[in-house]
Amino acid sequence: MLALPCPHCGTRDEAEFQFGGEPAIRPPSAVTDTVWAEYVYMRSNEKGPHRELWCHAGGCGQWFVLTRNTATHAVLP
Amino acid sequence: MRLASGGRIDRAKKLSFTWNGTALTGFTGDTIASALLANGVKIVARSFKYHRPRGVFAAWVDEPNAVVDVRYGDQHDPNARATLVSLRDGMVVAGVNGYPSVAHDAAGALDLLHRFLPAGFYYKTFMTPSWQSYEPQIRAMAGLGQVGDAIETRAFETRTARCDVLVIGAGPAGLAAARAAQAAGASVIVADDRPEPGGSLLWDTATIDGAPALDWVGATTAGMRVLSRSTVFGAYDHGSFAVLEDRAAAPAGWAGPRLWVIRAAQVVFATGAIERPLVFPDNDRPGIMSANAVLAYLRQHAVLPGRRVIVATNNDSAYATAIALRDAGAAVEIADARAEAPNIEGIRVRPASVPLGTGGRGGLAWVDLGPCDGSRRERVPADLLAVSGGWSPAVHLFSQAGGALRWDEALAAFVPVAAGQHVAGSVTGAWDLATCLAQGHRAGLDAAGRASDLAAPHAPASALARPILPLWGLDLPGTRQWVDYQNDVTAKDVRLAASEGYRSVEHLKRYTTLGMATDQGKTSNVNGLAILADATGQAIQDVGTTKFRPPFTPVPLAAIAGLRAGALFAPLRHLPVHDDHVALGAEMRDYGGWARPACYRGIGETTAAAVKREATNARFRVGLFDGSSLGKIEVQGPDAAAFLNLMYYNEVANLRPGRLRYCLLLRETGVVYDDGVVARLAPDHYLLSPSSSHTAGVLAMLELWHQTEYPTMQVSFHDVTAAWATFAVSGPKSREIVMALGGGADLSEQALPHMAMTKTMLGAVPCRIARVSFTGERSYEVSVPSGYAHSLWRRLLDLGEKAGIMPYGIESLSVLRAEKGYILIGTDTDGMTLPVDLGLEGPLRAKKIDFVGKRSLLTPDATRPDRRQLVGLLPADPAVVPVPGTHAVLRDGGGQRSLGWITTACRSPVLQRSVALGMIESGRARMGETIDLFHLGQFSRATIVATCFYDPAGEKLHG
Repeated sequence: MLALPCPHCGTRDEAEFQFGGEPAIRPPSAVTDTVWAEYVYMRSNEKGPHRELWCHAGGCGQWFVLTRNTATHAVLP
Repeated sequence: MRLASGGRIDRAKKLSFTWNGTALTGFTGDTIASALLANGVKIVARSFKYHRPRGVFAAWVDEPNAVVDVRYGDQHDPNARATLVSLRDGMVVAGVNGYPSVAHDAAGALDLLHRFLPAGFYYKTFMTPSWQSYEPQIRAMAGLGQVGDAIETRAFETRTARCDVLVIGAGPAGLAAARAAQAAGASVIVADDRPEPGGSLLWDTATIDGAPALDWVGATTAGMRVLSRSTVFGAYDHGSFAVLEDRAAAPAGWAGPRLWVIRAAQVVFATGAIERPLVFPDNDRPGIMSANAVLAYLRQHAVLPGRRVIVATNNDSAYATAIALRDAGAAVEIADARAEAPNIEGIRVRPASVPLGTGGRGGLAWVDLGPCDGSRRERVPADLLAVSGGWSPAVHLFSQAGGALRWDEALAAFVPVAAGQHVAGSVTGAWDLATCLAQGHRAGLDAAGRASDLAAPHAPASALARPILPLWGLDLPGTRQWVDYQNDVTAKDVRLAASEGYRSVEHLKRYTTLGMATDQGKTSNVNGLAILADATGQAIQDVGTTKFRPPFTPVPLAAIAGLRAGALFAPLRHLPVHDDHVALGAEMRDYGGWARPACYRGIGETTAAAVKREATNARFRVGLFDGSSLGKIEVQGPDAAAFLNLMYYNEVANLRPGRLRYCLLLRETGVVYDDGVVARLAPDHYLLSPSSSHTAGVLAMLELWHQTEYPTMQVSFHDVTAAWATFAVSGPKSREIVMALGGGADLSEQALPHMAMTKTMLGAVPCRIARVSFTGERSYEVSVPSGYAHSLWRRLLDLGEKAGIMPYGIESLSVLRAEKGYILIGTDTDGMTLPVDLGLEGPLRAKKIDFVGKRSLLTPDATRPDRRQLVGLLPADPAVVPVPGTHAVLRDGGGQRSLGWITTACRSPVLQRSVALGMIESGRARMGETIDLFHLGQFSRATIVATCFYDPAGEKLHG
């Protein structure tokens, strides 16, 4: 079980968190269909350092971005 | 044989048990294995493949042979390890994998066929026509215990704990580490799998700090948090460790094991070492035991497993066993594989001597001793052969935690390469007590990260410390030398695998099954991979070990499930008036995690009849429905309107206070995620009603968008679903009943039209009344705080009695809503449904801002003219209700193509015929067409119509 750092509550067990996947920057609606589809559907699925969204759903409810090494589970600064 | 004195057993507490139906006795402090040995039982098991007779080999977790069937009270463990189970009065113990018994096993004749059953013989033999045709017979012949069909009744708990320093192992090194870490101010937990702390000190006669070692153990563990009978079986991420606490000794009786998850900032691995067997011909005969196990049985249980003993060894550790046996009165000889041998008083020590063969029926009778090459041999009578092939550090957990291993030639052992990790004791290859204590003290201080002026514990250095002579089997063709006892793998099998090209230790394991039995090769792995190294000409370091994975020992799945089993596996939420529904005869079912009434069947009434009655009553008189599970999310703040307008597909900012609107919530893909009514209570205060099973998801979505995309907006969300009970009074006579509730609210059509809401007080109870309908009839949803739910429910039934009020359940509501063409998210929609597919195109044209999912609705795929669209379907045969999922097909010559499918279908009581909803390709353009339906090979026909079958003008809804 991972130990994840909630920015408000400090380090807590993974069971308290909800995974939100890789964050994507929302483009303006004027972009092409291709650019929009990239934003909606495409994720990099990194092996190694990976920026991802987590929510301390079982605690304060804060969403935050975490960088985690998907190969080692190391939480990176 | 039991000695008259000594041991850590309580001779005053005699325990009775049975072994294969024979009554035997033991003492408190015995394991099943020690009690069987004390009673002279030689054969305790039959091996997995050849059904060879096997005896107890080891004394603890490394035991490969003694798997037994144990019954105690109403509990049954078909694969208990006899060396680990504490004996209890009344236990019923039996051998497994032997018929009629393990002592006389008919299938033992299989062993005569061993020449035809080499490693991998399954793969080579059972190929035609297929493995599946042989598997049932082979499975019946192989295996261990027989699983019963009783439901597990023991209580399984889960606990969590945190500490600065977790010490794994309460042997001398572990206790020295815990003692030092605690003195340095760290919070410490010690986890150890034995019934009491001490580890090897439980059978060692050592002194520590000038006192008997166990006195030191007692003084050290006072005030220390020690989890005994607790096996750390897995090292997981970020310093978390899974521990299985055996509570067989709990006062409550044979309680289920308890699972701990311990999170530690630092961990000290003081996991000890496991003695290896020697590999020589016929080394699996009952009466051949680990030398250290013999010492442990002697000192802990006062059991002397033999009176005429040969101790065969390639290292010095077995000398302690020989001396203890001599002192207990046994006749002892030592066969030492090394050329030089010391003089031991009262014991003949044969140098350069190893066992070359053994014999005896039903147990050991003689051992042939001679040099390794077998050039000479002398037959020596013996009833016990105690063997030591050296020691393998128990690196399992260290390796699981990511630690690297190194083969140490001098020690003949894989040892940890400690890089930032704390290891101490014999897991490092230190066999000497003084060294183990010093290492433990150092590791404890390192783990605590602080100094302490506590002195390290001291023990005298051991007298014997000569190097080991590695011995990985004897080069004696035509002999059977066992490596893995439990899975019947011989040295010849390992060499055969090597000659067939299995050079990787992982492949060797899978091909020969070496190390794959329930003991996971604790005694066999190192011998096996050393033989592989020899056979392939590789260095042992290069062969390496197989990957160490959890669990270290078998773990019952019930312990991992803990309390999350049976009714608690996925507990259903209950409505505030659950008991009232049950009292009314409701059939409660799981709807999206809530236990809700399907319908209220009368005595002798079918579900179909009840649904027809309830639906008809709501249409023509009045019905009462419990809608309390429907989500209620309050949204407040100056930016509430602006924020919700960005979230919802429909316009919500221009909604007047006191008004309601049916709205869709989309994913960013444009797909409809949820629908529900949005109410505006005040300019800065909204109330959302997501679907019952989507409330948590909608709340999470609002939070995510607020926090990540619009963090400056002043708005907050609160799920108040459980705080309010909501009952819908629906039907032509609804208004008079709600009026009769009192409270003085004006419920006239002008004051409270369809899709409006008002607040009132029922006495001192706050109440909300909303005109909203899922039945197509005039409806009032009355909400009060949950604590008043029962009163309101009773009062509505009483007030409506004269009008003929009847409660109706979900199944009846499903019929009512289908008649009106109202959709159910997830039933009529799926992961591809866009608002336009539902005929809800208005907001896309009218709403200028970038609400969630909008851009996706403008893509070529979203604007295709041939998308599937929601339509109504009238089956040609009005008596037939098509099955949801039935496809609409286009017959084209000989083939057919799907146009879509039926999503909802029912028999409509008011129309007295079947009606259906479906998603049909270009459905709205096909209005009035008759199409083919196809289901399970049968064709039928239906006409495409508008989605609303009843009161399309909405006259019953309004007014």
